[in-house]
Amino acid sequence: MNLVPAPVAATFSRIGARFDNRPAKITLAVLGVLFVYALPLLNIPLLTTPDSDFGGVLFSVAAYALIAVGLNIVIGYAGLLDLGYVGFYATGAYTVGVLTQYHWHWPFFLALPVAIVVTMIAGVMLGAPTLRVRGDYLAIVTMGFGEIIRLVITNTEWLGKSGGIAKIPMPPTIGTPPQPGEPGGLFGIPHISWSTFPNVVDVGHETHFLSFTVLDAIPFYWLIVTALLLVLLGDKLLKDSRVGRAWEATREDEDVAEIMGVPTFRYKLLAFALGAGIGGLSGAMFATRQTFIQPASFALLLSMLFVASVIVGGAGNRWGAVAGGAVVAYLPERFRGFTEWRMLVFGIALIVLATWRPEGLFPPRRTRRAKAAEAEIEELEGDAANV
Amino acid sequence: MLLEVKGLSVNYGHIEAIRDISFGVAEGTITTLIGANGAGKTTTLKTLSGLRKVREGKVTFDGKDITDLSPERRVKLGISQSPEGRGCFPAMTVRENLDMGAYVRSDRKSAAYAQDLDRVYELFPRLKEREKQAAGSMSGGEQQMLAIGRALMARPKLILLDEPSMGLAPKLIQQIFSIITEINQQGTTVLLVEQNAAQALKRSHEAHILETGEIVRSGSGKELAGDPAVKAAYLGGDV
Repeated sequence: MNLVPAPVAATFSRIGARFDNRPAKITLAVLGVLFVYALPLLNIPLLTTPDSDFGGVLFSVAAYALIAVGLNIVIGYAGLLDLGYVGFYATGAYTVGVLTQYHWHWPFFLALPVAIVVTMIAGVMLGAPTLRVRGDYLAIVTMGFGEIIRLVITNTEWLGKSGGIAKIPMPPTIGTPPQPGEPGGLFGIPHISWSTFPNVVDVGHETHFLSFTVLDAIPFYWLIVTALLLVLLGDKLLKDSRVGRAWEATREDEDVAEIMGVPTFRYKLLAFALGAGIGGLSGAMFATRQTFIQPASFALLLSMLFVASVIVGGAGNRWGAVAGGAVVAYLPERFRGFTEWRMLVFGIALIVLATWRPEGLFPPRRTRRAKAAEAEIEELEGDAANV
Repeated sequence: MLLEVKGLSVNYGHIEAIRDISFGVAEGTITTLIGANGAGKTTTLKTLSGLRKVREGKVTFDGKDITDLSPERRVKLGISQSPEGRGCFPAMTVRENLDMGAYVRSDRKSAAYAQDLDRVYELFPRLKEREKQAAGSMSGGEQQMLAIGRALMARPKLILLDEPSMGLAPKLIQQIFSIITEINQQGTTVLLVEQNAAQALKRSHEAHILETGEIVRSGSGKELAGDPAVKAAYLGGDV
């Protein structure tokens, strides 16, 4: 059964072929990136969440997308089921909390790279002993890791125990420093308001460029989107290199990969460390945006949502991970109008997605290829039966 | 001797899979290990390519002690293996599989690489036809060819073949074995592991019979094919 009728699919592939030339592709990519940056200002009807601050929602969407891209390296590329990813998220957040507020007063942008490095080290420390176990056991061990991190934080004075760390500083505002009633920053960018059409430029409602305050989440969104784009670029370079091929071989058949001369353990550890580092980056962003973190912010449920993001999007495809993370973060906010029914509606939405697209929203090429091969064999067998 | 195995013992947990076996593979030959299921053939090959730890004994390749080397180092030294069964990467294309075979090589863009690829396609024209097809969607015979071709892409001095005839139609078995002979004549030493004794003994210079982890008989292919005991146990008596 195919949900997309053949003529429609053919039209799509023809449109795809038209964009095969490089300049068109680059133009399209630039426009896409501009759109992503402008998204919180556009107030697009239906897309914009009516019941929560859209800038804040978009920050979560980008944060989940970033996490999903990181976890996709572990699950999608290297084939390691990590159910304790929240542990790395927490490690990143707490490194920033401790360095910028609780014990020292480092500026955020100095603490950020340290948070990534610390989380990568945590990834190696968890991976080195546990990556020798395979499959289900790895899932259990990592799940334990996520809980251990949370419990250690809850019981450690040095990390603020269950009270958490408050007043984590935001990134420094560039330009005029913000004052009460004055957002500062370099310059104001007006939002778009469709209700006053045709005067769509809403001068009374501005976001100040590079001004980081609790009042406006949009500069934080821009910050994390920038991080996301850089991570995506790095992800592409890595996936297309020897490293990416080694991961693919390891995931398909570890013993055979070894026979080919792929040091599989080292590559699995690398995937683990890189995934952890990206989780840490996301956690650091979370800490500086929330300005307050506590162990309860890093519950096991988050790990499940992170894994769901990767699976819903299509494990193994970076754009799938972005889409999956976006869906998982966006839908509950979009459904806020349903009040207490919101999580139920979200659950149903996930079930519908999983049934409609069992390989994820954007499955990687290999999944599509395997499916096509299956269909071909089925067709041949069908023909044979008819003869 | 290109490869020399001395007093090799390997365990799976507490179970002894192979016990104190010794044999050699002379350069330029086809050497065969014959044995039934569970005799320790696959374990021997996996140990030679570094996937299994040696409990006791010594393996020397090209004059070098490789007993404790990683699989990666062994491939670089010139040992490559075509694994048992359908040992391809099923979701990768034929070409991607062949490229994986050359993973330890860094000359992917060179003429020598293109030449090696051509050589594999010459040996197995089917693979050329199916270059862009997912390996998992091919027949068992084609996958076997791919596994052998992939092992050749590492430019090995010694190629280890684990039951290349397993599960194939008789006509295809003939074809695979004649290709193995051809590979050998082109200068690659072959260590073959087989249950199909009739074909293997006919093609090999040296052969060893493996029974429950021990070598019980050795000789030239012809000698063993004529041996009454071997005939009774492996050749169905009247071959």
